[in-house]
Amino acid sequence: MEKYLYIALFAPLVSSLFSALFTATPKKLFTGIIASVLIFTSFVASTILLLHILKGGEPIHVTLMTWMATGDLYIPFGFVVDQISVTMMMVVTLVSTIVHIYSIGYMDHDKGFNRFFAWLSAFVFSMMILVMSDNYAGLFIGWEGVGLCSWGLIGFWYHKEIATWASNEAFIMNRIADLGMLIGIFLVYWNTGTLQYDEAFALMPSLDSATLTWIGIFLFIGAMGKSAQFPLHTWLADAMEGPTPVSALIHAATMVTAGVYLVVRSNELYSLIPNVGLFIASLGAFVALFAASMALVNRDMKRIIAYSTLSQLGYMFAAAGLGAYWVALFHLMAHAFFKALLFLGAGNVMHAMHDELDPFKMGGLKKVMKWTWIMMTIASLALAGIFPFAGFFSKDTILEAAFAEHHFVIYGVLLFTAGLTAFYSFRLVALIFHGEERYKIFGIHPHEAYRFMLIAMSPLLILAMIAGVFQEPFFAMVEEILSAHEYHIHSHTTLWIMLVGTQLFVALAILYAYKKYATWSSVPDGTSPIENSFFYKLLFNQYYIPYFYETYIVKPYREASELFWTKVDLKIVDATVDGIAGIVYGTGEKTRQMQSGNLSTMLKWMVAGLVGLLFLAVAFGLAARYSDEIIVFLSALGV
Amino acid sequence: MEIGLNHYLVLSTILFAIGLVGVMRRKNLLLLFFATEILLNAVNIAFAAISHYYGDLTGQMFAFFVIAIAASEVAVGLGLLIVWYKRHSSIDLDALTTMKG
Repeated sequence: MEKYLYIALFAPLVSSLFSALFTATPKKLFTGIIASVLIFTSFVASTILLLHILKGGEPIHVTLMTWMATGDLYIPFGFVVDQISVTMMMVVTLVSTIVHIYSIGYMDHDKGFNRFFAWLSAFVFSMMILVMSDNYAGLFIGWEGVGLCSWGLIGFWYHKEIATWASNEAFIMNRIADLGMLIGIFLVYWNTGTLQYDEAFALMPSLDSATLTWIGIFLFIGAMGKSAQFPLHTWLADAMEGPTPVSALIHAATMVTAGVYLVVRSNELYSLIPNVGLFIASLGAFVALFAASMALVNRDMKRIIAYSTLSQLGYMFAAAGLGAYWVALFHLMAHAFFKALLFLGAGNVMHAMHDELDPFKMGGLKKVMKWTWIMMTIASLALAGIFPFAGFFSKDTILEAAFAEHHFVIYGVLLFTAGLTAFYSFRLVALIFHGEERYKIFGIHPHEAYRFMLIAMSPLLILAMIAGVFQEPFFAMVEEILSAHEYHIHSHTTLWIMLVGTQLFVALAILYAYKKYATWSSVPDGTSPIENSFFYKLLFNQYYIPYFYETYIVKPYREASELFWTKVDLKIVDATVDGIAGIVYGTGEKTRQMQSGNLSTMLKWMVAGLVGLLFLAVAFGLAARYSDEIIVFLSALGV
Repeated sequence: MEIGLNHYLVLSTILFAIGLVGVMRRKNLLLLFFATEILLNAVNIAFAAISHYYGDLTGQMFAFFVIAIAASEVAVGLGLLIVWYKRHSSIDLDALTTMKG
């Protein structure tokens, strides 16, 4: 089995290195194909590992080599395939394979075709390290690796200033959070003396709760950055500047869920500190609502989906925080499928509309893009949680968990958010695919995406429809290590009322969205009363948070930096260094006259040096001989 | 008055000073060699005198080494000097400034 582990892990690396060979050359179709094949290989290996685990096989644990061994510190390159990591591996490799194939079509005309695949495969490799590592250090390496690849892919079109800005924003925000995570990892090492998950978790129950709380908080700060939780959420929406397959893979399905993975992986830690768990759940519920509200009014197709991702991440954290780790992981998986599908569909629309992102300028696209319409509708149904699609099973279980744990506020917020989710998803679908063909005034001739792209998306379509059937086997698989318990509402009546009520609520939200937007006929120009209302402006400007960050953090920081640069750096630091250099240079300039080349002069200098040294020798000799007297003399002077 | 160690050392110092002045003042390369010889022999006198004073032969042995090395140095130096003279037809030190930095 170990060889499958190595194949799953290293096939993406090979793919990345191979594609990287051609980054400086014009588009070569075979890089895309070979990269896709290698990622598919990784997927197949992961599937074999999944089957092994499903059949009740022992988790596979390998140590590739020693990485660091100094004193008491021992960190190996160790990898583990257990129920949690194999789930993540399946999600990562499956979505990656599809996105790789899809990108062959999507990046068809791009100059950076080969470079794109090098970055994308490098991302998959980093993500595999992240999920397969058996210790926090390896996880951190993968964590930074995905951050780097995310930076490279958001700023993939580096000639666009806004793209480079967004990539830097994402990178810097993640750095801030990673500092917290590093502190968390240090605390783990400090208190347990090991970074291996199993050993560290085994020692944790014996630590005092304050220490555990700090560890939990700092690790969660790292998770907040990667999963774009409030207040570090702004980078995710801006990250939509990257190519759409990147948004689908990194900023919807995999990387942003790394934070959830971290919390699920550290479940034994978080079970010991329910207070932090409650905080995580509350923050998750808040972010779910907060992000969904911003998606209500946004006029950028990709940003709407990005906010919905943010909102769903909130759901996952809510579940994880309440101790329903397996539900969080299950929602992570289901979400990866339908959200990637939604993004890839949006990519088709963008291609058809020549990179137009405003859904108000589209409309009526279902005639020309039938398959994309079907896929995006089903993905939105799954996202909204309509029976029998994937989202119903995962999201409803989160609601049930919140209800069963008697956290009714969280339950209420999440339920309300489910309605908002349905509304904005179908607002988007209705605006893009129904109603009048508003794009015609802009002179765009849309066309359906390549057939192979649609075929590549079809596994996601199927999974978005049927992923619910995996709930039972999934539960059976992870309950061994996730202290899982199924959430049963005590009375059947309550359960049915909840189920039907939620479905009705969501269905009404969908109908309302259709009624309001399916017959939309004009492009809003910012004059209608609703666009000038307070709430619309508040939501449209993302609660003015980016503005706030810009004005109160970025600008003062910039001004302070400027001040330090001109006053401290130039006037003090540089001046000191330049002064020392000037002294050395001036002395050299003066003394080089000694080097006249005249032997006679040089001999005179030699004699002068000799006399000088002789004088010193005599002086020190005398001082050494009469040291006692000198000390007496000096103390008499009061020195 | 018996001639003791101090006299030898004073003689050595005087000779050394004369040599040093010669090394500094002479502009003729040949005379520079003479001055060097005076320096070396000043040291030899000191070696021999101190060696005798302590009854230890090491100093005298060292003096022999100095004489031998001085001889070979002069042989090489004179050879170079002759080559230099053949090239430039002058052994004036002030003309010998090709090493100017």
